[in-house]
Amino acid sequence: MDGLTESGWDNAGSNWRGLGLTDPIKSVEDKWLLLPAFLKVKGLVKQHIDSFNYFVDVDIKNVVKANNKVTSDVDPRFWLKYTDINIGFPDRFEVEAIEKRVTPHECRLRDITYAAPIIVTVQYTRGKKIVQRNVNIGRLPIMLRSNKCVLTGKDEAELARMSECPLDPGGYFVVKGTEKVILVQEQLSKNRIIVETDSVKGIVQASCTSSTHGGLKSKTYVVTKKAKIYLRHNCVHEDVPIVIALKALGIQSDKEILLLTAGSTEAYRVAFSSSLEDAAKLGVFTRHQALEWIGSRVKVNRRVMGPRRPAWEEALEALATIVLAHVPVTGLDFRSKAIFVATMTRRVLMAMDDEKMVDDRDYVGNKRLELAGQLLALLFEDLFKTYNSNLKTAIDKTLKKPSRVNEYDAWHTMQFQGDHITSGFVRAISTGNWSLKRFKMERAGVTHVLSRLSFISALGMMTRISSQFEKTRKVSGPRALQPSQWGMLCPSDTPEGEACGLVKNLALMTHITTDVEEEPIIRLAYMLGVEDISLATGTEIYGPHTFVVNVNGTIIGLTRYPARFVLQFRKLRRARRISEFVSVYINHHHKAVHIASDGGRICRPMIIVENGRPRVTSNDISELKCGKLTFDDFLRKGIVEYLDVNEENDSYIALYESDIVATTTHLEIEPFTLLGAVAGLIPYPHHNQSPRNTYQCAMGKQAIGAIGYNQLNRIDTLLYLSVYPQQPMVKTKTIELVGYDRLPAGQNATVAVMSYSGYDIEDALILNKASLDRGYGRCQVLRKNATLIRKYPNGTYDRLADAPLEENGRKAKKYDIIQEDGLAGVGERVDPGDVYVNKQTPTNANDNTFSGQAASVPYKNAPMTYKSPVAGNIDKVMISDTDNDQTIIKVLIRQTRRPELGDKFSSRHGQKGVCGLIVNQEDMPFNDQGINPDTIMNPHGFPSRMTVGKMIELLAGKAGVLNGKLQYGTAFGGSKVEDMSRILIENGFSYSGKDMLTSGITGEPLEAYVYFGPIYYQCACFLNCGLGLLTRLLEHMVMDKMHARARGPRATLTRQPTEGRSREGGLRLGEMERDCLIGYGATQLLLERLMISSDKFEVNACQECGLMGYNGWCTYCKSSKKMAQLTIPYAAKLLFQELMAMNVVPRLMLDDA
Amino acid sequence: MDVDSRRLVQIGAERVSHIGDTEFPGHYPNEDHSWNLDKFREKLTVQIQRLSQRSIEFDLVGVDASIANAFRRIMIAEVPTMAIEQVYIFNNTTVIHDEILAHRIGLIPLNVDPTQMDMKEDGAPPTDRNTIEFQINIQCTHNPDYKKGSSSPTDDELYVNHQLLSSHVEWKPVGEQSTRMTDVAPTNPNIVLAKLRPGQGVEMSLLATYRLHPNIIIKSPIPIERADEFSKCFSPGVVKINKKKGTVEIDQKGMRNDTVSREVLRDPEFKDMVELGRIRDWFIFQVESESAYKPEQLLPEAINVMREKISTMREAATALLKAHGEGGDDDVVME
Repeated sequence: MDGLTESGWDNAGSNWRGLGLTDPIKSVEDKWLLLPAFLKVKGLVKQHIDSFNYFVDVDIKNVVKANNKVTSDVDPRFWLKYTDINIGFPDRFEVEAIEKRVTPHECRLRDITYAAPIIVTVQYTRGKKIVQRNVNIGRLPIMLRSNKCVLTGKDEAELARMSECPLDPGGYFVVKGTEKVILVQEQLSKNRIIVETDSVKGIVQASCTSSTHGGLKSKTYVVTKKAKIYLRHNCVHEDVPIVIALKALGIQSDKEILLLTAGSTEAYRVAFSSSLEDAAKLGVFTRHQALEWIGSRVKVNRRVMGPRRPAWEEALEALATIVLAHVPVTGLDFRSKAIFVATMTRRVLMAMDDEKMVDDRDYVGNKRLELAGQLLALLFEDLFKTYNSNLKTAIDKTLKKPSRVNEYDAWHTMQFQGDHITSGFVRAISTGNWSLKRFKMERAGVTHVLSRLSFISALGMMTRISSQFEKTRKVSGPRALQPSQWGMLCPSDTPEGEACGLVKNLALMTHITTDVEEEPIIRLAYMLGVEDISLATGTEIYGPHTFVVNVNGTIIGLTRYPARFVLQFRKLRRARRISEFVSVYINHHHKAVHIASDGGRICRPMIIVENGRPRVTSNDISELKCGKLTFDDFLRKGIVEYLDVNEENDSYIALYESDIVATTTHLEIEPFTLLGAVAGLIPYPHHNQSPRNTYQCAMGKQAIGAIGYNQLNRIDTLLYLSVYPQQPMVKTKTIELVGYDRLPAGQNATVAVMSYSGYDIEDALILNKASLDRGYGRCQVLRKNATLIRKYPNGTYDRLADAPLEENGRKAKKYDIIQEDGLAGVGERVDPGDVYVNKQTPTNANDNTFSGQAASVPYKNAPMTYKSPVAGNIDKVMISDTDNDQTIIKVLIRQTRRPELGDKFSSRHGQKGVCGLIVNQEDMPFNDQGINPDTIMNPHGFPSRMTVGKMIELLAGKAGVLNGKLQYGTAFGGSKVEDMSRILIENGFSYSGKDMLTSGITGEPLEAYVYFGPIYYQCACFLNCGLGLLTRLLEHMVMDKMHARARGPRATLTRQPTEGRSREGGLRLGEMERDCLIGYGATQLLLERLMISSDKFEVNACQECGLMGYNGWCTYCKSSKKMAQLTIPYAAKLLFQELMAMNVVPRLMLDDA
Repeated sequence: MDVDSRRLVQIGAERVSHIGDTEFPGHYPNEDHSWNLDKFREKLTVQIQRLSQRSIEFDLVGVDASIANAFRRIMIAEVPTMAIEQVYIFNNTTVIHDEILAHRIGLIPLNVDPTQMDMKEDGAPPTDRNTIEFQINIQCTHNPDYKKGSSSPTDDELYVNHQLLSSHVEWKPVGEQSTRMTDVAPTNPNIVLAKLRPGQGVEMSLLATYRLHPNIIIKSPIPIERADEFSKCFSPGVVKINKKKGTVEIDQKGMRNDTVSREVLRDPEFKDMVELGRIRDWFIFQVESESAYKPEQLLPEAINVMREKISTMREAATALLKAHGEGGDDDVVME
């Protein structure tokens, strides 16, 4: 509101906007409000949804356009053309259904796929007429909350009617009832040159992976080999000397080649000269010779046997279509491709001269993220091509038939094409195997089941990025934190262990681009004064002031005024003449201007700064506050723009408004957005040691809490719920933005940081029994048990039966909860061994020869029995049909548990601990107000972990409790410690947060003050929750692990028992065990374990010289006079001999003990 | 108020010292500290400071911490109260699961005098002497009086009975209970949801605590110009400032309200001017009762429990003595 009062025109007599020149610049208050505005437009998983929308709206049409014609080999007059393709809305597949609309929740419950029909418009010839019709060719699984989903744009009440949680982010698929996510895949960027060196082998190489829309991918290298440069590509057997390659591409004169590669720089010329000689030595001087040379080495793989073509034609085709396929060759104009190869060569020369000129492949700007849309587009293209070839064979088959009654209508054939596309999609998404032979793609594990352990785990999964690197390789480069990751990828959220650093998570405010058409951009660049590259020679390209202009890696032209060009280009972008996701930046090292419009770049919005002032004013923010402006308005007004990593590195960005200087170009919206959604839950993360935040990111996903507003309507395989979840006392802005305060996973526990009873060592926690009685940490486990009531091919079927009666006319105990319909009653308690679905199957179900009456078949019992050792309650029983008309019965069984010894608890600072002791309330210490702690935490947890954030959380939480407000612990901000202390003092507490406690046992005051207050604790009672599962697992595992030996094999070298179960090894008495025995003084036991039962060995030692002899004879003293026999470990004897081999003499000095 | 320094627990900036009583025989030479009933009587005072419907604050002066703590512990854990132990659910269509609803009902404090009931032994048949029956019957409906119009109607406007409160728990007198007892109901109207009929049992739930009486001594006069700052270091009403005389004093009555936040010790100037402490044998008890007991009843009740315990101990001790007197060395069996 400050802006409003200041912007008055009434006091125009004073300076501009009522401010003098020396007045301090008012900072834009609450500019962080742009973040909720951004999330409102985009949502938390915008990258998935945007990508899917792009696929459905744009990309799918491109795919069809590229494969739009089906012709017949039999009838040349027949053709079929696809003119359009559209995706409908998800519907029920059943023909008889009256209400066609289907909700995602119904799909989850019924184990069906949430999919929409794919409808193509076809034109084809029928007789002599051309007919246009719409045909349904299959069904596409629909991403939740995408354009085509029924949930988009619905308000909370409408969502509630569809049993859907308004906080659920969407962005996943429901396939056969399971929720599947296509994880974001990280890849090296396509069509860009990457220069690398191998310092060991002394190789410099420039590589470029070409990828065109047809999906053809190939990698071209320009490499050095013995100081000469070669072009390497898979389609040529041998490395092609670069000069030959360039000659083949139409640059015949050596002078021109030298100019295009080395330019006028002397060092490069020298380095390149040997390559020039190389071509001359091989006798290649003209283009034709070069093509012949290459042509004889090209791999020919032609399925259609045509007339053999001359070698130079082969070479020409390979060079035009396979090598660097992304550089367009129109007609036979190879000029731009030649320049591209020359540029690669030049980059190699530059890197040979100065090793700093290599690229970093881990740099985020060189990465592209592949999303669901792109993967689905590839899959669809493959399926569509197969569909078309199947269609073609089917059409040919019918057309081949000599006599047809009525004229042939291709529409009927299309109707009977089966569900190849539908099943292809379902199979790929549900198994995660993307095996597309056509595109040489063989990827497994692309999709994952959405983890519904907690709301945060689901959210964390949606922002996850998996890398293509192998996990086993021990390389640090790709795993390390990249400085360019700032603001784009979360620095904290990565798993520990083998996938550390390879699996990343998006930061809060990132966006992943989708493809933007590049032709208009190229046209625009020419209009802004870029000279066409094909008109330029080497002198001009490498002239002192010229900059090369690239669009998506392809060189399009030159400019002499790069700064002006970039400025104008940006101006046009800010005016929304081109998409806001097109980036432009200058690379001064390579003297190039890069324009990028390809999909998969990570970018984020930033406030534009002009003339030292941010363009966002308080005015704009207040309008945003009252809802007059949205985030898109900010983009439209050109005061906020998206920057991708490359452009970000070409900008001068101020973190805070006070940091703005004259050269600043942008201002960060809010620093805490550099963390992701999961790391954003941590209060005061900037006070913690970094690994602790990383641990918390892993643990926050395991916490038990609320999963969604629809959690009690869901029937998931395993669902953990907290009975009384609370929102944290110390919130962060991220918590509010992601909705963690509405779906929390934890409780505010009053914690005393003190030692108590010794049951709290090694991070164990003490819990207050009265707190547990009142419901602290209570959680529920809901487990799904499903069965199919099947119909068999021979006409028999399964059935549900009433409980059988025993001889005395009563039901057996295990059937006591079965009702007349053969199912357990809802709400009944299920004890171990109880039957809850009394299913019976026919004895001859698999007998396909059976042809009698289905009803008269003998049945055998196939009941579902409750196996967990802990009793539960029947929560829900659902009966429904699946896709293929099988009756499905799902029984949800619920267990309620209170925390027990050994249950795991964790604060939000990566400090987990198990419950070590549960103490009665009266034994707990209490403060002056009579407050007992819920939890006692050992102070030794602090010094080595350095989680200062946890201490501040306690202080802020305590202050919040005292004045009845929630405090904020937002990263790089949040409530200040000083303010918190002041609130404590005002309320009569010590500023330090330490209270005087009285022992509940002796009644006397404690001698030390105790840090006392609320900390948000997450409960992860997995140790016990998984008890049923665990015991079963253990049975398995014990069999595998059980091992013991009395005697057995020994290692040859040391004569000690072998190690490991597989080698029937002994059980090691290690150093620590040895220390125990030494400390205890059990010398005889030591002697037995370490020598007698292990590798005892009799040696002869000479008392004279102290060396070992043999058979009572000292070879050194040449006598047997003073030989003695003694027992030592064989390993000790081995050591002595090895020492002697190294010229060290160990002597055994014998003495009588 | 001048307090003997032996009675003081000293409050330092970073630690508490002199926690335990030292006045036991043999600690101070030439002083007799053997226990003496008359002396004890002389010292012992119990004074009620504040009494309300649900809470009481009283001072207990002149006993050892162990005794005061024993009373606190007994009041928390051993004074019998009534709670619902068994819940039979016939229909529950609310979102709250059966076992959680039962747990919540079990936490409701009941206004039943436990002395009128017997403790129900495990497996004993329920009688009107050991069981009280309650019933809940509630159905939520749409409010027929509600007319559309208001933009954000509250739940109260929309529905009837949208909350199951503990006031919905109805007492069903059995046998002679209707003549013997009145006003059997939860002590507090609360929130829950469903239809049920509970039984009875015994459990405990209430809060009792004590703190030691704070003691503040001004060792050297506080400069009047910093008097306000000084008084801010304490709870309101603790420091008396006499502007005319220019003196700063501690209000002897107000002192008991001080929270001993040790704020004064942070100030380098004040640090040496005051001495903070607490009186070791002056217990300010604060008892809140959510049960059938009146708050003032609780201490006598606690003392009763304690006496029972003592008498058990005494029996056991005499049995032990007797056993030894007879020369038998069998284990003493406690009745």
